[in-house]
Amino acid sequence: METYSLLREFADSWMLLVMFSVFVGVAIWVFRPWARDMYRDTAEIPFRHDDAPMGPEEDQK
Amino acid sequence: MAQTIKLIALGLITLCAMIAANYARDVAYQVHAILIMLIAGGMFLWQVRQTGEEAAPPAPQNEYMDGVVRAGVVATCFWGIAGFLVGVIIAFQLAFPALNFDWAQGYANFGRLRPLHTSAVIFAFGGNALIATSFFIVQRTCAARLWGGNLAWFVFWGFQLFIVMAATGYLLGGTQSKEYAEPEWYIDIWLTIVWVSYLLVFLGTIVKRREPHIYVANWFLLSFIVTVAMLHLINNISIPVSIYGSKSVQVFSGVQDAMVQWWYGHNAVGFFLTAGFLGMMYYFIPKQAERPVFSYKLSIIHFWALIFLYIWAGPHHLHYTALPDWAGTLGMVFSIILWMPSWGGMINGLMTLQGAWDKLRTDPVIRMMVTSLAFYGMSTFEGPMMSIRAVNSLSHYTDWTIGHVHSGALGWNGLITFGALYYLTPVLWKRERLYSLSLVSWHFWLATIGIVLYASSMWVTGIMEGLMWREVDAYGFLVNSFADTVSAKFPMYVVRALGGVLFLSGAIIMCYNLWMTVRAAPAKAPLSTAVPAE
Repeated sequence: METYSLLREFADSWMLLVMFSVFVGVAIWVFRPWARDMYRDTAEIPFRHDDAPMGPEEDQK
Repeated sequence: MAQTIKLIALGLITLCAMIAANYARDVAYQVHAILIMLIAGGMFLWQVRQTGEEAAPPAPQNEYMDGVVRAGVVATCFWGIAGFLVGVIIAFQLAFPALNFDWAQGYANFGRLRPLHTSAVIFAFGGNALIATSFFIVQRTCAARLWGGNLAWFVFWGFQLFIVMAATGYLLGGTQSKEYAEPEWYIDIWLTIVWVSYLLVFLGTIVKRREPHIYVANWFLLSFIVTVAMLHLINNISIPVSIYGSKSVQVFSGVQDAMVQWWYGHNAVGFFLTAGFLGMMYYFIPKQAERPVFSYKLSIIHFWALIFLYIWAGPHHLHYTALPDWAGTLGMVFSIILWMPSWGGMINGLMTLQGAWDKLRTDPVIRMMVTSLAFYGMSTFEGPMMSIRAVNSLSHYTDWTIGHVHSGALGWNGLITFGALYYLTPVLWKRERLYSLSLVSWHFWLATIGIVLYASSMWVTGIMEGLMWREVDAYGFLVNSFADTVSAKFPMYVVRALGGVLFLSGAIIMCYNLWMTVRAAPAKAPLSTAVPAE
């Protein structure tokens, strides 16, 4: 089979399947219930360090 | 030692630029060679005078690197005014062709000024806004100072040099005629160097972050930097005709070249004007509204959906061309699927105001940001619709496209940038507040009315033009000549130019307001509580 047809067939089938499943996987993964607090905490990041970077000996929250 | 190497390098660059200026085969190349010669020579002299001086103490690591962000704010304002002004000029040139003055033919006629306008607003205004805000956001959300020390300054000044070379090149005829990618080969190489440095600074800061998680705005900004690098490299594969001339020849040809160009062109919209500005949106709207983003999970899905979908949408620029139909259909389908993430993102931004809707009444800055999201929603609705083959047969090559681009660029990119500038200026210059909120209101209304005039006149003229082009009589002959459509468009062209004037005057008011904020607004009182020494 010539390169073009081979790549075309691969792109149309397996690659499409992989990319689609990865995307759906990400969308489902985001809603895992035990990560709720982690996301809530991450959304607060912009409100923490307005004036100065975290010093070397400060604890991470 | 480092100084010696710097001196040798600068000297060599100056010498090479001199040789290049001497052998130059065209004016654009010669002007650029002289420009580089002057800059490198000036830096050489400055470096010589520095020898023997004590090295400056290393910058303190316990504060953010805001100098380069301040410079970026100033540059954004400057290039914004320049780009809007050129836009107004070419809008009047279209309405009144006499403004293409004879004495300026070949330099300042419409054909030369148009790429200057697009590049000035997209890359100079938008690019500086993106670089400045990304440097600001990545530091605050990583709780770390910018990585790489003065590399950030190199990115800033290197980008300005790119802009100046691109702009002067267009006026002098140095262009490779690719939409949004006009600069010639040596300018492309320079931009690659600057952009890789930008990526290093951004990525380095993320790597040394002190927050365990990477905030979603940084995801968008990083994807913007990486994708633009990829697009730029592939779309600009060309071979210079001579090392002493600006002309180059593209390696791709025919429909492949067209596909690569619009793969680049549409993703420049998708990743430069969308992903990058969404990064701004996900930081500045929560900050201005003083509440976290409505749904962090939705923002993650927004991100991945945008990444997976946008990259395929390019072929919709090439309906009814030599491009195979299946490719056009692919682009069209993905464009339509893009409705979902775009509107998901818009709703996410709008709903961030949940419980704080009263701020819309009191805070014109948040009003600006919310209106920009409304324009984001509107243009991401309009765009997919125009990508449908049947609609495209009416809209393509007409002014409808121009109207669509401007409702996105002026409405979404412009207003969110203005909002970010209004947020940044008091913070960066440590002022208590903006100089005048009523001037922000003036800016808001001038800009919004300007965009409405612009978009609606372009809808009318675009659809009229499309209908006139396809009108045939009972015998199947075309009814209108091209010149008929041109004369029918005159009133709409005047309205469009007036819309541009309103938008430009709003931006001038903003610059005055920001200037007075720095000069006259009360300084922020120092923290009353004692800060422990570190």
